[in-house]
Amino acid sequence: MSDLPAGTVLKTTPLTEAHVALGAKMVEFAGYDMPVQYPDGVLKEHLWTRDEAGVFDVSHMGPSFLTLNNRSGDPDADHKAVAALVEPLICGDIGGLKRGQLRYTLLLNDDGGILDDLMIGRPAEADAQGSLQIVVNAGTKDADFARIEQAVAGEARLERADENALIAVQGPKAVDVVGRLMPEARELVFMTFRRIGWQGHDLSVSRSGYTGEDGYEILVPRPVAASFWNTLLADERARPIGLGARDSLRLEAGLPLYGHDLDTSVSPVEADLGFALSKRRREAGDIPGWTRIAREMTHGPSRVRVGLKVLEGAPAREGAEVADEAGTVIGRVTSGGFSPSLRQPIALAFVPPIHSQAGTKLKVLVRGKAQAAEVVPTPFVAHRYVRKL
Amino acid sequence: MRFTKDHEWVELSGDVATIGVTAYAAEQLGDVVFVETPEVGKTVKAGDNLAVVESVKAASDVYAPISGEVVEANAALSDAPETVNAAPEAAGWFAKLKVANPAEVDRLMDRAAYEAYLQTL
Repeated sequence: MSDLPAGTVLKTTPLTEAHVALGAKMVEFAGYDMPVQYPDGVLKEHLWTRDEAGVFDVSHMGPSFLTLNNRSGDPDADHKAVAALVEPLICGDIGGLKRGQLRYTLLLNDDGGILDDLMIGRPAEADAQGSLQIVVNAGTKDADFARIEQAVAGEARLERADENALIAVQGPKAVDVVGRLMPEARELVFMTFRRIGWQGHDLSVSRSGYTGEDGYEILVPRPVAASFWNTLLADERARPIGLGARDSLRLEAGLPLYGHDLDTSVSPVEADLGFALSKRRREAGDIPGWTRIAREMTHGPSRVRVGLKVLEGAPAREGAEVADEAGTVIGRVTSGGFSPSLRQPIALAFVPPIHSQAGTKLKVLVRGKAQAAEVVPTPFVAHRYVRKL
Repeated sequence: MRFTKDHEWVELSGDVATIGVTAYAAEQLGDVVFVETPEVGKTVKAGDNLAVVESVKAASDVYAPISGEVVEANAALSDAPETVNAAPEAAGWFAKLKVANPAEVDRLMDRAAYEAYLQTL
């Protein structure tokens, strides 16, 4: 997992000591010392999150705030102005966000290749108009921040917030676990966020996540991070969940992982993330790499991301080849493993569109054996987002 | 029972050796969700791949501690791979080998030596 030079000092999060105290197995991830699992193990942690509430330290990710240097005081004008600074880098309509709304979007290069997937939110609060909350991936954050800073130079400032804790609470009981500490969090719906006070500090609380379950992602100031984490875990419905189960949960939810299912060679159309190409941006044709993206939308891409159920044998993991029924290799698995909820192996793979229809019979090649697989719709396990109160 | 530094165990009965992974290995692997056992009739040399154990997260190779011919694979593991976690040094065995050279077994660690080795990890 680690390709760091020997002697590299791993970065820690405000919760590293708490993980060690809980008996976590720690591994290197994106330069951070992170809990891959706790004594319960990946399988139990995964199922607990589906049934109860899982609490995750995702402080290795890159939360940040982009704020206009000169705000006019007109909330909508200031929002439009800051949105216009980042839109040239991404495929989403940020100007059209309502107060308190979050959007999943993609940072694209000039060829339409995906540099990262990220969340951008317009704050709910009147005093924060002209500011955006931007959360990017751990492995790409330095490059992303540099790219954004360069694009906004002179007009806005980007403040990293990754010295704080980012804590996800996911699962059907997440609303009760978080709502007990901060009742206002119950009023959020999926993909909205707001500032909520806790013990004299402002937390940024969003109803969102990476498991397919209802839940929250909460940016917690460093001084109260461990205290907030411990308070969450004092609830018997909540248990700590490591990065191992985070990966199996997101895979069941059919959510791509940057660096595995997405990289600079993959376009939003190939990645089956067409929903992230906002209507206003498509109509304007001002998305980075639009020539390629428009061509793929019209004529179809050469490959597309699909879900596979592996019907026999071993899990097909990242890198496993995918073949048609005649045995011709047509694609490759980009994420794969065992689904604890379905009790069978599942995978995300890229195949030509002609082989991408649900129900198509394919093979996955694992250690020289061709195992039966079938294209299935994703998510593999239904999302349970709370879109209405 | 004899042990390797890769955490396999061997139990010899006549000229047939039963092979599995130790409790320590099972703990390290985490929840086992799939085991690929060898085909009966396959011959292996000491150090060859004998089986593959898959957890939710990763696949791990199990090596043959000794040379021989596979005479039986543990078919029960295909329906109940979790047996490797529940009873690694008993019902969770992987394969039985007809031993080519019993002296290879004697070269492996006994339990006291293996326990001492674990203390060094």
